[in-house]
Amino acid sequence: MCGISGILNLGQAPAPSRSELEQMIHALQHRGPDGYGFFLDGPVGLAHARLSIIDLEGGDQPIHNEDCTVQVVFNGEIFNFLELREELQGRGHRFYTRSDTEVIVHLYEEYGDDFVLHLIGQFAIALWDARRQRLLLVRDRAGIRPLYYSIVQGRLYFASELKSLFTQPAVRRELDPVALGEVFTFWCPLEPHSLFRDVRALPPGQRMVVEGGNLSIDRYWDWTFPPGEIDDSRSVEDWAEELRELMIDAVRLRLRSDVPVGAYLSGGLDSSVITSLIHNFTDTALRTFSIGFEDDEFDESGFQQELVRYLDTDHTHVTCTREDIGRIFPKVIWHAESTILRTAPAPLMLLSRHVRESGYKVVLTGEGADEVFGGYDIFKEAKIRRFCHRDPDSELRPQILRRLYPYLKYSPASSGGAFGQQFFQQGMEYIDEPFFAHVPRWTTTRRSWKFFSPELKAAVSGKVDFESIRALLPPDINSWQPLNRDQYVENHTLLSGYLLNSQGDRMAMANSIEGRFPFLDHRVMEFAARIPPRYKIRVLNEKYLLKQSMAGLIPESIRQRNKQPYRAPDSQSFFQNGKAAEWVMDLLSESELRKAGHFNPVAVDKLLKKCATGRVIGFSDNMAFVGILSTMLLDKMFVQGYSSGTFT
Amino acid sequence: MSSEEKIREFILENYLFTDDQSELNNDDSFLDQGILDSTGILEIIFFIEDEFGIKIKDDEMVPDNLDSVNRIVAFIKRKQQE
Repeated sequence: MCGISGILNLGQAPAPSRSELEQMIHALQHRGPDGYGFFLDGPVGLAHARLSIIDLEGGDQPIHNEDCTVQVVFNGEIFNFLELREELQGRGHRFYTRSDTEVIVHLYEEYGDDFVLHLIGQFAIALWDARRQRLLLVRDRAGIRPLYYSIVQGRLYFASELKSLFTQPAVRRELDPVALGEVFTFWCPLEPHSLFRDVRALPPGQRMVVEGGNLSIDRYWDWTFPPGEIDDSRSVEDWAEELRELMIDAVRLRLRSDVPVGAYLSGGLDSSVITSLIHNFTDTALRTFSIGFEDDEFDESGFQQELVRYLDTDHTHVTCTREDIGRIFPKVIWHAESTILRTAPAPLMLLSRHVRESGYKVVLTGEGADEVFGGYDIFKEAKIRRFCHRDPDSELRPQILRRLYPYLKYSPASSGGAFGQQFFQQGMEYIDEPFFAHVPRWTTTRRSWKFFSPELKAAVSGKVDFESIRALLPPDINSWQPLNRDQYVENHTLLSGYLLNSQGDRMAMANSIEGRFPFLDHRVMEFAARIPPRYKIRVLNEKYLLKQSMAGLIPESIRQRNKQPYRAPDSQSFFQNGKAAEWVMDLLSESELRKAGHFNPVAVDKLLKKCATGRVIGFSDNMAFVGILSTMLLDKMFVQGYSSGTFT
Repeated sequence: MSSEEKIREFILENYLFTDDQSELNNDDSFLDQGILDSTGILEIIFFIEDEFGIKIKDDEMVPDNLDSVNRIVAFIKRKQQE
């Protein structure tokens, strides 16, 4: 795992210089503290910050082919590099390192741009073909590793993080109002937007080619669910057996490393699956890490301890307090480089620090299982809402909604019959739309728009609404089964835009930790696309097939427990005894809000007062507060140029 | 301050986040106008119980009693007369 950056001239701009590349890559030192590498050749410059994990001695990048005509810098891991290397050697390619990086240049020689189809991994790659004077940028299928670019003043700048791009004066630091409107609706900027006007993200599963001054982007992979590929003929037992074998292999490949590998343990099903597979099917010594909370509402320490005892692991537990979250939040935003609506990334940054301090650089996690195997409440909620829609006059059907959200202290399902039902009846007019499941979430999130300044409202008006998602959807999505449509939308919004990015990559890399995600192995995802949806959610039993495949491998209490999503205290983290931290008061003062221009100071002041009372119990107020605070931090640090240390 | 004024102020301050009195009519439906979020009704119930010293039973948590300023005012009046 590492950071990459680079510059390519698209026309007559001056050639990239070593000092420009140094500025860019030094901004990514946290991603790669073990050394820098550079390549400069006429119109192109590549830079690399290394976190040494495989081939500690010989893996410095850039790495090249036999005659140095293909150069590559890359962030991530190619987990099947041993198999690929053997195959390539069989075809006559000569290797000068033991690194996974080197397979990329030889695969490119063999297969051209389709080399990426041979990779099992998580990666952001920049490859320079000197013969053809051509640059190729590629991002992994699920979007685990980030890659941003900006085309300004006749140059293409690219980097793993925006802060690297912002070292270049040509790249303007201006927040994009449309992207803000998107985050305050969908939880993330929609592909390919970033929060900043001049910067785009290369979306997951896509590659960019720049040749002869022309730039083109195509999608080489997508997670699709054509009904014809869903196999209805097999038994649950048959599917479960194949899944178990596939997961064992996905975990086995992700243990490949020349440094010790640990695992996160949340107490839920997903991380239990990963740790149990390591324990049962590999000879890796199991080292685990978990986070807990002082607040019972969020804490899962009991289940974590149960699994620790069951697997007898060497375990580190970190307790996160509300004060911890408030204290590190500015640093969280510095690394996330985005508005976020929940504080949940903060404890993960705290956890990755402990992993690093324990001498580990790599952890396996259960991220992705909910999206891939149907674990989220939003899927169950949509299933019930569709069931209710079939008989709108039924008084009994809506009663099932009460089974949702048992873990919430204050739940929409418990908030008085008629009022609770009203919440779930939102958006029934979208019943046939592929984003039907997401309408309640997006409606709740958009309530934050009432805090927008008149200027921001005007800038987003007519430019961001639920229809905005349509541009990202495949043309045949309406022919898919409902759960599969929900999964697709979830994958292209919450997973890639928020969970893998703000909460995943950035919170781990802030402390130079590499996360690895067996559930997001594309073979696992493609397998999941073939399963009949009824085996993912059996009645209202989420991740049913995954649970079946793990029978006997994890404690029954964990296998059968209701899912508790990972959450952290939100607005409460910034108040003590009814008073906000000083930096919060300063940042949300009328003068600062007016200077930034994004929010209405009168409305924000009332929200601040409401939060101070401790009466904020709903999602929408909490999301608005965290969203406004993070946007103001983003503005202060990235637009106005303050460091994250200013706020602590 | 009258019951009506207290309730109006609570709604304006905590759900509409404004001082602009014209943004709330006493007959506006909280549900239809999207004034409350999914848990907002619980916050209103806590407020009414604390502020007016009454206890709201489960079967009283219905839109007929709680879905507008006027309905809440009438409901509190009925409860206080019980």
